[in-house]
Amino acid sequence: MTETGPFRLPRGGRLIDRAYQLPFRFDGRQMRGVAGDTLASALLANGQLMMGRSFKYHRPRGPIASGAEEPNALLGLGQGGRFEPNQRATTTPLVGGMVTASQNAWPSLNADIGAINNWLYRFFPAGFYYKTFMHPRPFWKHVFEPIIRRSAGLGKAPTEADPDKYEQAYAHVDVVVVGGGIAGLTAARDAARDGKSVWLVEQTPHFGGRTPTDHADGQARVDALLAELQGMANVTLRRSTQATGLYDHGYLLVRESLADHDPNAGIPRQRLWRIRAGHVVVATGALERPLSFAGNDVPGVILASAVRDYINDYGVAPGRRIVVVTNNDDAYRTALVALDAGLDVAAVIDARSTAEGALPAAVRARGVRVLTGSAIAGVKGGHGVEAVKLCAHSGSGQVTETIDADCVAMSGGWSPVVHLWSHCGGKLNWSDAQSMFAPDPNRPPTGADGKAMASCVGAAAGDLLVPELTGAQAESATMPVWVMPAHAPRKMKFKMWLDFQNDVKVSDVELAAQEGYHSVEHTKRYTTLGMATDQGKVSNINGLAVLSNALNQPIPATGTTTFRPPYTPLTLGTIAGEARGEIFQPLRKTPMHGWHEAQGAFFEPVGHWRRPYCYPKGSESHGDAVAREIRAVRASVGTLDASTLGKIIVKGPDAGRYLDMMYTGMMSSLPIGKCRYGLICSENGFLIDDGVAARLSEDTWLVHTTTGGAERMHGHFEDWLQCEWWDWKVWTANVTEQWAQVAVVGPKARVLLERLGGKIDLSPEALPFMGWIEGEIAGIPARVYRISFSGELSFEVAVPANRGLELWEKLHEAGRDLNVTPYGTEAMHVMRAEKGFIMIGDETDGTVIPQDLGMSWAISKKKADYIGKRAQERSFMTDPGRWKLVGLESLDGRVLPDGVYAVDQGANANGQRKVQGRVTSTYMSPTLDRPIAMGLVRQGPERMGEVLEFPVAGQESYKARIVDPVFYDKEGSRANG
Amino acid sequence: MAEALARISQVQDWGMIQIRADLSRAGDAIAEAAGVALPGQGRITTDGSRTLGWMSPDELLLVLPRAETAEALAALQDALATEHALVLDVSDMRAVFRIQGAKALDVLMKLCPADLAAMPQDGLRRTRAAQVACGIWRETDGYVLIGFRSVTDYLRGILTGAAVPGTQLDPR
Amino acid sequence: MLTLTCPYCGIAAEETELQPGGEAHLKRFGPGSTDAEFEAYLFARKNPKGVHFERWRHAYGCGKWFMAARDTATLQVFGTYSAQTPHPTPEIVAAIQAHRPDWQPDWLAEPTTQTPADTSAESLNA
Repeated sequence: MTETGPFRLPRGGRLIDRAYQLPFRFDGRQMRGVAGDTLASALLANGQLMMGRSFKYHRPRGPIASGAEEPNALLGLGQGGRFEPNQRATTTPLVGGMVTASQNAWPSLNADIGAINNWLYRFFPAGFYYKTFMHPRPFWKHVFEPIIRRSAGLGKAPTEADPDKYEQAYAHVDVVVVGGGIAGLTAARDAARDGKSVWLVEQTPHFGGRTPTDHADGQARVDALLAELQGMANVTLRRSTQATGLYDHGYLLVRESLADHDPNAGIPRQRLWRIRAGHVVVATGALERPLSFAGNDVPGVILASAVRDYINDYGVAPGRRIVVVTNNDDAYRTALVALDAGLDVAAVIDARSTAEGALPAAVRARGVRVLTGSAIAGVKGGHGVEAVKLCAHSGSGQVTETIDADCVAMSGGWSPVVHLWSHCGGKLNWSDAQSMFAPDPNRPPTGADGKAMASCVGAAAGDLLVPELTGAQAESATMPVWVMPAHAPRKMKFKMWLDFQNDVKVSDVELAAQEGYHSVEHTKRYTTLGMATDQGKVSNINGLAVLSNALNQPIPATGTTTFRPPYTPLTLGTIAGEARGEIFQPLRKTPMHGWHEAQGAFFEPVGHWRRPYCYPKGSESHGDAVAREIRAVRASVGTLDASTLGKIIVKGPDAGRYLDMMYTGMMSSLPIGKCRYGLICSENGFLIDDGVAARLSEDTWLVHTTTGGAERMHGHFEDWLQCEWWDWKVWTANVTEQWAQVAVVGPKARVLLERLGGKIDLSPEALPFMGWIEGEIAGIPARVYRISFSGELSFEVAVPANRGLELWEKLHEAGRDLNVTPYGTEAMHVMRAEKGFIMIGDETDGTVIPQDLGMSWAISKKKADYIGKRAQERSFMTDPGRWKLVGLESLDGRVLPDGVYAVDQGANANGQRKVQGRVTSTYMSPTLDRPIAMGLVRQGPERMGEVLEFPVAGQESYKARIVDPVFYDKEGSRANG
Repeated sequence: MAEALARISQVQDWGMIQIRADLSRAGDAIAEAAGVALPGQGRITTDGSRTLGWMSPDELLLVLPRAETAEALAALQDALATEHALVLDVSDMRAVFRIQGAKALDVLMKLCPADLAAMPQDGLRRTRAAQVACGIWRETDGYVLIGFRSVTDYLRGILTGAAVPGTQLDPR
Repeated sequence: MLTLTCPYCGIAAEETELQPGGEAHLKRFGPGSTDAEFEAYLFARKNPKGVHFERWRHAYGCGKWFMAARDTATLQVFGTYSAQTPHPTPEIVAAIQAHRPDWQPDWLAEPTTQTPADTSAESLNA
């Protein structure tokens, strides 16, 4: 049966099911794998060793690992909206019908033009970009940058929206064990026996880790533990679930694959768990390190553990004739597994002078040559290994022998996976005996209680064999080998890869050290070591060891770079979770929202609210619609949905004096039944909100805020009440959404409202300007405020929210002959500007005080204090040279652009033209049939009649005359109807 | 097609009264006027028809059949006439959803950072559901979630989205 | 991402349920204060590495502002307490010193009576 490819072994493969064949495509070619394959094992089974090209030199790349640490085998996966670049073939389960493509190669994987960089490697040393593209400066923008941008980036971004769904979920767990190997399974069982709630998360689809492959009876030991755990009600086991980061106070992010294997399941593809863990047990195992010998990046040079994984787990031969190269006993396991699978093991090259443990003895007993004190001097082959050149490890690389081989299984020792431990501050110790950084249990990451929030077990703790769990016998020590052979000449180091994806070699790190990069963090960024998508999982320790040697200092003196989450890349989809499409953001809707929609309103966002900007009719432009709405209001009557205005109840015996502190004006003296406009400042003195307050009773006020300010102002009110004047008897309540509010505006406003009938007297006598009254309109309980933001006769009618639509519809029914016109926020903005009224956020920007806006009339002179008063006395605030509000009259009939600056004479220290003011609001006024604008201008009110110049790039400068900001109905008679 | 994790339905006929007062002084008067016992910190009390929820150390929420709102409002205002207290009809500013079924908790676990599994049987938890504020308590066969009226559509969207068939949180 | 227990409702809330409010126990200076006093009140913040007192609001919860004592470097939380106190309470001081024996309060030892800010109604309604 060779249907699944020439390199599938006749037997074996503990994770695959040969009965289920799965077709897939790679670079357009049809291939077959079997159920249980990863993409990498399936490609290898088909003899496809080369899976990509490196980033910088476009070197041929095959997989070097079998798991999450893989730097090379990155593929473009899927099609259309489901296309994803940089997917790890070693961790991607094979799915029938999968479409995959190699990356970073053009026109094809085998004949890639970019590989010319490979012949120019001497000209691309570390820091090449920094050194080369500095001068001449203008070249950067027009020559260098476009070229670099075109060749930058690994893989292509998808061009269509992702059709998959994602979700998030929260969990609160006593103990989360990360890693389902034998140490993790045991830790989970122990914690569960203590009665704690326990989660165990395993990144692969299989529990057991390395134990089933590496230890006699391993599978049985794992199965026994699993059986026990599955019987415990307080244990949750999750496979295909990757812990990506541990954050403050035991916050653990975990990504669970739900339908990665089946895009058509109709369920979210992945789920991001946001876990609060009482304690995290890090049982993440260890990763094997490559050895740095010349040609260690040729496809077919694979980590020894990965070679035996492919054979044992997937029944795939990465090669037929294997050379093992090592500095430790563990790699001998690979030789034994290969022999058991019927493959040739040409030799074991051991850098150590002796290799006498049980594993080397077992290999020798099978008749395999074991060459101690030896090293690899070079690898022959381009797209795959052809032969290996040997030398003495202690020498400088004189070739002693050449051995034919198609696969090199290398092992440079093991590094505990300490990422989760380190993400939140856990510290490491260097172990000379084991040549590894291992967690220091005395310096753990700490949680809210100051105690350890994580602990490490098993290989992650530096206990590679966990003999008490695996039954493993002791092994001889690993010999530190950072460069092979020990005295390799510089030329050889140009061929020794550290970072396989980013093409960082031993020579680059040594050059960085020579050029003065002594900090490992700086060297990382200068050489890009460990900055590729694998984040240096297999390269970092080798790199910093080379750096230490170059700097002549011990490895702990160099230290590690910072471990940052995520451990493996997270999809943006899981981070967004449910927040996409209709529920990307909470859109706030008023009770009349559906009516606006049905009328074809064009909405604009105001905070999270969607408010009608205007109601275009037919093919009418927005500008035309706004103009029509304004004319209708000024001529007859219009309605504005003002439900979004903030409404806060302030009640209590101290409410008056409290409001006097919150507002610049006097609110305590407001008579019952009256309204007063007020300004709210921050303690910095700056104007932050405005609105009309109404006194409802002796001890109760209702204050209106801006639409965007309701929650913020309620918070501001509560802040001062709770934290400063906590003995004042005041209650506040944000009742914004209890009320629907309709502004009925225009000379016919009273006529229209009276038509609705009801128990309420809206006559000027009963309800004068700036008064309010309670009653019933059209059978609906209502409170009516006679306030005006347009200058017209205006009634703001508040009714319970559930009856808002009813009132709105009745108004439109009753006012048809009056041409009652719904108007939007833009018409409101223009009308208020025609009247010279300010708008928070237009005339204010967080640096403007009420005095700048000519609003001293709204500031009580009698009050000893209010929030912002002291700040407004500061010298900068009282500077007569401050920019102040004026009207601006365009000289040539063009509407001034919003936000443009008025220039002054002279230039500042940076050679920029000095400025003396800017436009804050600018519109075409349909009422006056000419442009109007407001702006802040230095000493503006004293400069009436002066002409300012507003240059705009690419246009003739605008010129405008300083005028009074009230453009329409200066005497204010229209508000009285 | 598999079933949704929970039935999501909107409740339209509830009234709500917000009460702010010094509960140590006015608690008994409130309980008497509301007709339900005063709840402890973070709890609700209920007689099956009316539910009184502890919202903060000086705030309660009375949930009751809408038709009884005006009468209860008046009764509470009367009872607290001599107290420094605030009693408001907030019936129209809320959206109420029921989340019912065996997997109702799964739906909420996808949206709320609160540990709702650990919430007492008579607990009331104010938290957020995705991006909006909410309050949650238990009811026969599930949960009640209250939020703000303006985000009713959003709440319905996230709740039904979290309840999509086949998305239960059990390990697979 | 922090979790803090709101002292008003007893809920252990996570950071997304809370609103930060900066340094706690600022003494307000209003009209009549010197420029130096007012500047210090508005702008000068301790920003220590180590023990710090902060304001947080249980925004997605009971809505109350409360104080938290925590270590800004290790993120250890020594306790949360009422916002209605001019200084950290003796219990909080003890909790800090249990873990940071060398730490000393930088305010004058005085009974932490529940005295609100000194703003009399008379001066306001003048």
